Amino acid sequence: MDKLKKWLGTSDMAGIVVLALVVFVVLPGTVDIFRLNLVGKYLTYAFVAVGLVMLWGYGGILSLGQGVFFGLGGYCMAMFLKLEASDPISTKIQSTPGIPDFMDWNQITQLPIWWEPFRSLPFAILALLLVPTILAFIVGFAMFKRRVGGVYFAIITQAVALVLSVLIIGQQGYTGGVNGITDLKTMLGWDIRTDSAKYILYFANAVLLFGAIFACRAVQRSKLGTLLLAMRDKEDRVRFSGYDVANFKVFVFCLAAMLCGLGGAMFALQVGFMSPSFVGIVPSIEMVIFAAVGGRMSLVGAVYGTLLVNFGKTYFSETFPQLWLFLMAALFIGVVLAFPNGIAGLYESYVKPWLLKSKAPRDTGAPTAQVTPEATPATPPRTSAAPARALDSAPSGKQPDGVGPAVA
Amino acid sequence: MSNSDFVLAIEDLTVSFDGFKAIDALTLYVDKGELRVIIGPNGAGKTTLLDLICGKTKASGGSIKFKNNEMTKLAEHQIVRSGIGRKFQTPSIYENLSVFKNLEVSFPRGRGVFGALAFKCTDDVKARIEEVAAEIGLADQLNTEAGLLSHGQKQWLEIGMLLMQDPELLMLDEPIAGMSVRERELTAELLERICRNRSMIVIEHDMDFVKKIAHKVTVMHQGKILAEGPMDKVQNDPKVIDVYLGH
Repeated sequence: MDKLKKWLGTSDMAGIVVLALVVFVVLPGTVDIFRLNLVGKYLTYAFVAVGLVMLWGYGGILSLGQGVFFGLGGYCMAMFLKLEASDPISTKIQSTPGIPDFMDWNQITQLPIWWEPFRSLPFAILALLLVPTILAFIVGFAMFKRRVGGVYFAIITQAVALVLSVLIIGQQGYTGGVNGITDLKTMLGWDIRTDSAKYILYFANAVLLFGAIFACRAVQRSKLGTLLLAMRDKEDRVRFSGYDVANFKVFVFCLAAMLCGLGGAMFALQVGFMSPSFVGIVPSIEMVIFAAVGGRMSLVGAVYGTLLVNFGKTYFSETFPQLWLFLMAALFIGVVLAFPNGIAGLYESYVKPWLLKSKAPRDTGAPTAQVTPEATPATPPRTSAAPARALDSAPSGKQPDGVGPAVA
Repeated sequence: MSNSDFVLAIEDLTVSFDGFKAIDALTLYVDKGELRVIIGPNGAGKTTLLDLICGKTKASGGSIKFKNNEMTKLAEHQIVRSGIGRKFQTPSIYENLSVFKNLEVSFPRGRGVFGALAFKCTDDVKARIEEVAAEIGLADQLNTEAGLLSHGQKQWLEIGMLLMQDPELLMLDEPIAGMSVRERELTAELLERICRNRSMIVIEHDMDFVKKIAHKVTVMHQGKILAEGPMDKVQNDPKVIDVYLGH
């Protein structure tokens, strides 16, 4: 038991293993397929939250437009599924059979040319990964090369989210408008609406999510991860160490966008539709809340944060239909005020020391003192920087007095 | 403009902020292996001059040639890669990374995005880090979080981070500000050691320290050069005493 506690307290794999147990064993073993499908849906948001840990937690870049990339990935997948669901036989009552129903309702008589390639699944998969990445590259390159950052960047991403959702709603004939792309049925003939398909998709989604976590972990542990942390705190120092800072920001923005796209595609598969309500400003901000509640420095924490907020949302909205939005807001404000590093921060500062306590006397506490990148909270640098600045300004303020007598 | 043997040749350099000329037609040459100290009252344009050389501020006119290559058109990281290192006035280190990581990040390899992804801390990198850490007196602090270092150690660490890149021109902005007497002595020794195979520009206010380290002193005033030469000559220059030393 002590050994287990020590391992849980020291190994940074422990968090991932425990999460894997929860996602692969505990949840599928305890909840019915309706709830499991809900969890699966939440876990698609977790891709976004994991991306935000890299972008916001590590890179220090707050994007309030991640819904854009989630939506683009989702739409790419939904377009493929919709085309498969719109074969001439099942759409024979339409005035133009063989095109998606919403096009028919909008008096469109021919499939738009840019829909054509989405008949191919490999193309759709490539597109759902690359379309968000390329858009992120364009936005990121334009902004970061001009040194747009901080609040201004967040506002730009909001604008992008707004523009895209207005565009999708406005182009009803090509995108399905407000309703989105609905009635998705099969993927290569495999019915995605059955319970067994839902189980398989849940596990496929979970495997992909862990793949994403491991990929991000590899990036965090590489020099690039160190550079992201370095840039977040002292951008000029990194620049004047010979790095083109903008390139690294573009990279991490693209990485986060690609993860969003993957999450969006898994969402379309599991939930069976995609709509502009996942693209706009509000869902994008909600996704930031997931990462904030989970802890923006922890990949695993972000997944828990996503699950917790969404369970809360479901529970509150079922139990207190009139009050739930206020309760969600209270949860968010409470967490951010009381635990600025989210659930992961709580774990680091309370659970870990407790796990190590039984061993501590003989261990001289060395493992607790070590600061792993994931464990580094966002606040200490600020508090430790303050005395440094005070130290610096006080004596240098006296400098001129010291100079006078020395020369005279 | 002609080419020369100087490591750094600044000619006619001007920068104006909304009409105010922070640097006004300044001309300055730095020799190979020279340690140049720039002094002058507050607002003389000393830090602005360093900003211009390292590309942080863009010049309005004139030229900066480093080893006969024009620097004014290059981006900051390109200037660094051509061999100019710059230390900022307040210690600018990565507070929540270890001393080792601080030095590792400054190692001039894997500077592109994918280079950084593939970067491995091989034995030669480790050897270089240990060598530099010994030079700056932080050999036994490699695993310490940089934010926990004393103020003087932070200043040394930043110098060490620049040494990792082995720059041919090293620019230090008030390296001993806030240091104790003992730390000042150690810093003077450190600067003498590291100056052996490179040129340096140091901005400093402490006249004892300047006397100890400077090969040549440049006095700046209102964006222009007021006097230049060995310390004892500059110190007795009536113009210098009038605008700077006397008050």
